[in-house]
Amino acid sequence: MNAFRDKVRHWLAANAPRPGDSPAGDEITVAKRFQAALHDAGLAGLTWPEEFGGQGLTAAEQQIFNEEAGAYDLPTALFTIGLGMCGPTLVDLGTTEQKARYVKPLLRGEEVWCQLFSEPGAGSDVASLQTRAVRDGDEWVVNGQKVWTSGAQFSDFGALLARTNPDVPKHKGITMFIVDMHAPGVTVRPLKDMTGRAPFNEVYFDDVRLPGDAVLGEVDAGWAAAVTMLGHERVSIGGSVRRRYDPLAYAGLADLARRTGRAQDPAVRAELAALHTAERALALFNARLRQEADAGTPPGARGSVAKLAGAELAWRAVSVAGLIAGPGAVAWDDEEGDHLALALTAAPASRIAGGTDQVQRTIIGERILGLPKEPQVDRDVPFRELRVGTQRQA
Amino acid sequence: MRLVLDREQEQLRSTVRKMLADHCAPARVREVMESPEGHDLPLWRRISGELGLAGLVVPERHGGSGAGHVERAIVLEELGRALAPVPYFASAVLAVDTVLALGDDTLTADLLPRLASGELIGTIAMGDRGTPTVTATAAGELTGSAAPVLSGDIADVVLVYASAPGGPAWFRAAPAGRTTLRTLDPTRRLARLDFADTPAERVDCADAAAVLEQVRDTAAVALAAEQLGGMSHVLESTAEYAKVRVQFGRPIGSYQAVKHSLADIYIAYEQAVSLARYAAWAADADQEALPLAAATAADFVGPAYFAAAANGLQLHGGIGFTWEHDAHLYYKRAKTSELLFGDPGSRRARLADRLGI
Repeated sequence: MNAFRDKVRHWLAANAPRPGDSPAGDEITVAKRFQAALHDAGLAGLTWPEEFGGQGLTAAEQQIFNEEAGAYDLPTALFTIGLGMCGPTLVDLGTTEQKARYVKPLLRGEEVWCQLFSEPGAGSDVASLQTRAVRDGDEWVVNGQKVWTSGAQFSDFGALLARTNPDVPKHKGITMFIVDMHAPGVTVRPLKDMTGRAPFNEVYFDDVRLPGDAVLGEVDAGWAAAVTMLGHERVSIGGSVRRRYDPLAYAGLADLARRTGRAQDPAVRAELAALHTAERALALFNARLRQEADAGTPPGARGSVAKLAGAELAWRAVSVAGLIAGPGAVAWDDEEGDHLALALTAAPASRIAGGTDQVQRTIIGERILGLPKEPQVDRDVPFRELRVGTQRQA
Repeated sequence: MRLVLDREQEQLRSTVRKMLADHCAPARVREVMESPEGHDLPLWRRISGELGLAGLVVPERHGGSGAGHVERAIVLEELGRALAPVPYFASAVLAVDTVLALGDDTLTADLLPRLASGELIGTIAMGDRGTPTVTATAAGELTGSAAPVLSGDIADVVLVYASAPGGPAWFRAAPAGRTTLRTLDPTRRLARLDFADTPAERVDCADAAAVLEQVRDTAAVALAAEQLGGMSHVLESTAEYAKVRVQFGRPIGSYQAVKHSLADIYIAYEQAVSLARYAAWAADADQEALPLAAATAADFVGPAYFAAAANGLQLHGGIGFTWEHDAHLYYKRAKTSELLFGDPGSRRARLADRLGI
């Protein structure tokens, strides 16, 4: 383990970009180059099977890597969805051919992936999605609209959920597909969020043709595949690397308080201490989940705990930042102000993306605590008879 | 660091849980709490004498089992879960840890084997939030009062942290008076110990305040474990109730307001487990990390247990407010544990000190 830590530390020291670096090429080029180098060094896909280009190591090595990587701001955000969600799902459900074709390029950062689940009428209730895939000979023809698709504009492939049978209840007629984002009929439109950036998109499918072997898992078994992927997502969101340069991490805010002379205020001290506690609670929970996974207990629905605690932590950090910065958080002329404002405006997303707080609490209540479900009025009704979003079905 | 229990540790947990199910059922807890003595001494003898659980952190050469803080934490979790009215925390945590931290050969040889076996019940009087409330003369006579002292009503041995002419020091003394206090938590006896020119035996140590700090850290680790056990009971019993209690034609646990409130208890519990287990691991394996780990666990787990007990009680509705239901016992234990060694504000200030802010 120490040898592994040394290896990671040395490699990062030699290869990780530092603040102020201006590497050649645009962000996408830089990110792809870095991911390839990471893979060449044997540090990508640590817990993935060796036969598909992974390292076949345990969560303990992943934990070590995350700890060491926390000292840097690695350009890996582009691959979050591919590495955190699509890749693990491919490994779980893909055919031998699919795994051979897609996993290694994904790991090396040669091909970027996105996740095509949500729709205007299918938010928390993803299973009510309306995008349709209709068989045409050996192929499928896809029509519909997706939304909140992070990184679609940079993606080569997407994991798509589409309705393949509207005559059965909603969960039973969905299939997961691998879709080529460069295929004719795929249109990606950036969607501006409340921070003013456009990290996500609307994606339109107009008679997009998919080959028969684009099905991931079984036809009409897409809901189970989606649940698998969402489980990976929650673990991935809550358990992601916390960066030392994060302006809303405890260390960054404690530093801000010291530099601005606010560290003597007892209220600031107390809130900073509480933030540290919350950060440690989540970090140790994630570490424990990884150790349990290594010992044979998968995280299951407990990924929702990490997701919720992460959202609470983000919210707490925002309030501490305001306490420290005061009026400086609302008007500024320096880069620090930019970071803080971005963090403040981005904070609400943590309670929505990847399943709202309310959805996560319901998951915990039902799957972990075994509480009875709400009466479900749509469970046994054919999909075509349901009302979805704000509309009736066509 | 190690945050999961091994097979032997899980075995220890099930042994203790089974023993407490047999000998410390809720009816027995109520019988003891309503008795004048307020301590279940037969159960204490079983725990300490028969099972050897009072000496888990005591080295084998001093009559203990030399297991460790993680093992003691497991026992404390189970005791907290059952609200076991035994002087374990006073004797097997506070007194044992103080003797170990003092490192005095004579005191160790005299007390540790008998504390480990349960032959003696010990406790400590440490003053208010780290400030002594008892004063010693140069001749070693103690004057003043200390309260609340855990199991101070029955302790055979009392170690006192007192201010003395050359700075604070530790003494072994028999108090001149003991008063059993009225307590919020009926399952845990607390006393005031009075000293009036009381002769005492000074225990020499290099740094009495550092000993107190060490004891407060390991006690915080132990308390977090005990709180965790109570929290697990609150979570399980409330979830069970929400599954069987039907209103408006449905189990109340199917309503989101109830379901989400229980989910919040679970989220806090899972994080509390992680912090408490890390702190126990640090007490065994990483002395340098212990002060911060202990202060962090204390900051989170105490308030989390009380919130769980309070919300759990609310989720029971009217029955939760009755004397007959056990919800109030956990509520009272949780608030007592949260305040026993200091208030949340000073605890958080202590954490901020350790963080260097």
